[in-house]
Amino acid sequence: MLKPEAMQKNLTFLLHIHPKKVPRASIRYTYTFGLGGLTVLLILLQIFTGILLKFVYLPSPAKAYDSILFLQNHILFGQYVRNIHHLDGELLIVLALLHMLRVFFTEAFHPPIRSGNWILGICMFLLIMFSNFTGYLMPWDQLSYWAVTVVTNMFSYIPLIGPHITVFIRGGADVTGNTLMNFFNFHTAIIPLTLLILMIFHFWKVRKAGGVAPPRTRQEEEKGLVPVMPDLIVKEVAVGLIALAVVFILAIFLDAPLRERANPAFSPNPVKAPWYFIGIQEMLMHFHPFVGAIVIPLFLLGFLFYLPWLHYPQNNAGFWFSSLKGRQAAIISGIIAFILTPLLIVADEYLIHFNRWFPSLPSILSEGLFPVLLYGFLFYLYLLYLRKKYRPNVNETVQAVFAFFLITYTVLSLTGLFFRGPGMILMWPWQI
Amino acid sequence: MSKKISHSKINPPPEKEEHAPKITTDTSRRSFFRKIWGWVALAAGIELAGLSIPFIGSGRKKQTKEKSGNFTAIAQVWDIPEGSVLPYRSGRLYICHLKDGGFLAVSIKCTHLGCSVEWDEKKKEFLCPCHHSMFSLNGEVINPPATRALNIYPLKIEEGVIKVNLENPIQRKHYNKSQETYA
Repeated sequence: MLKPEAMQKNLTFLLHIHPKKVPRASIRYTYTFGLGGLTVLLILLQIFTGILLKFVYLPSPAKAYDSILFLQNHILFGQYVRNIHHLDGELLIVLALLHMLRVFFTEAFHPPIRSGNWILGICMFLLIMFSNFTGYLMPWDQLSYWAVTVVTNMFSYIPLIGPHITVFIRGGADVTGNTLMNFFNFHTAIIPLTLLILMIFHFWKVRKAGGVAPPRTRQEEEKGLVPVMPDLIVKEVAVGLIALAVVFILAIFLDAPLRERANPAFSPNPVKAPWYFIGIQEMLMHFHPFVGAIVIPLFLLGFLFYLPWLHYPQNNAGFWFSSLKGRQAAIISGIIAFILTPLLIVADEYLIHFNRWFPSLPSILSEGLFPVLLYGFLFYLYLLYLRKKYRPNVNETVQAVFAFFLITYTVLSLTGLFFRGPGMILMWPWQI
Repeated sequence: MSKKISHSKINPPPEKEEHAPKITTDTSRRSFFRKIWGWVALAAGIELAGLSIPFIGSGRKKQTKEKSGNFTAIAQVWDIPEGSVLPYRSGRLYICHLKDGGFLAVSIKCTHLGCSVEWDEKKKEFLCPCHHSMFSLNGEVINPPATRALNIYPLKIEEGVIKVNLENPIQRKHYNKSQETYA
């Protein structure tokens, strides 16, 4: 048996991730919701189940599909472990996104101490997306084959180098065994290794910044420091165990999808991207592919990366939506986006036909520039309204505009998921 | 006194080492080697990158087959009624018999993002299931998001037999009459 002091010593070594004492207010569950910690837990679970799957899976077009069938039909818990891995991957996107939203909406991104972690966070989020997407190809069924065909084709709209990038990613002109090999290597070695390194870097920077940005509180009983053991650790273990149990139970009922074997000659109808990319797919319905798949996503990504260095008059870290006014502006922005986006989608489907009105113009203008100008004009009107009604400072404007884009992307995704039937025609969910 | 001097020689105070001009003008052996190591590290980096490039880009080599330039016999002219198509799935193309009697071997791959287009016999058009692009019988875009006409393959007709070169898809912006082959 270890003596208490020795145990304490081991514990402090294991707890390099936390200080010995933390502010009481910052461990309130409804402030962080434990989202960062849950993301870590799910990544560890993903590594565990991923290694198990690697004992059975064979990464070649001739064998991949059969090895999945073998896994599901002849290995005890084979289907179950695959379900966990699949569900866990999707939950990771959700949790990492929610974690980023919590950090954003409490303004925990200000330079110099927290901006680096904001950037690291975006990089890790992209890695998680990329990991999900590369994993999507592994079963080599109709779903994975066509989703990967469509998404890798998007790169070919980058001017000049685009087609070469597509060939490079695929290892050839089409999605083949070379693509599967490339994706397998990224999915099982390059991404997880990079992710682990960035995670360690991320935690270290959280410690350097003095833990999570503590919420602003006026209540006396929330002030002061508490020992991390047991106050925080027990909470973390409890939340982690509950989350594990939820994932394990859900995985019993939610089977990971497996369609027919991949057939390069037949696309299923409709082909839908995985749900986390379906908002981009919906944008492709309305914009020239160079604009919808390259310009707009890169522009938004640039906005995310640059966000900590906009000239903020105040550092309101720890206060939701920067201020009460910021919260109102964000809610109104969300509502505007929620109404405007469906209207525009329907209008573009039935009323606006730039390509028919200007048949002689190249499609990059009629399908690219014109819709962007139209949308830009409406967005400018929204900004004018925002300024007139709330007179927000930069902090509040950024919160509101971010909420606007978030809701817009959510509506686009929901439209793609539930309102597009065969041939990608707009229809009600119950008609599909 | 002498002790003090020797001490500072062996172990100079840290501020002095950080003094920028001193490092740049220092021509001592140590700074020379420091530079050498820098260059060696750079060389090592380039070596490692150079090693990986052939591996990362190995896909195309694994795939290259000798291009034979052969034409494959697919169908006979009278198999396909005018204004209709014959799908040839294993070659991922359609043989289209246009209204004016000409033939085209049109690729199955939508030029938007690469899904396979389906022929709608009632509407007489190709429809892409991914993003609802539509193409006419000759492969021309009727409805975006696709931005250019479907690819075609070299096609020739010998004694009523339609033959297609499956290895060389031809990209085209638009359809024009010179692309057709007549029986």
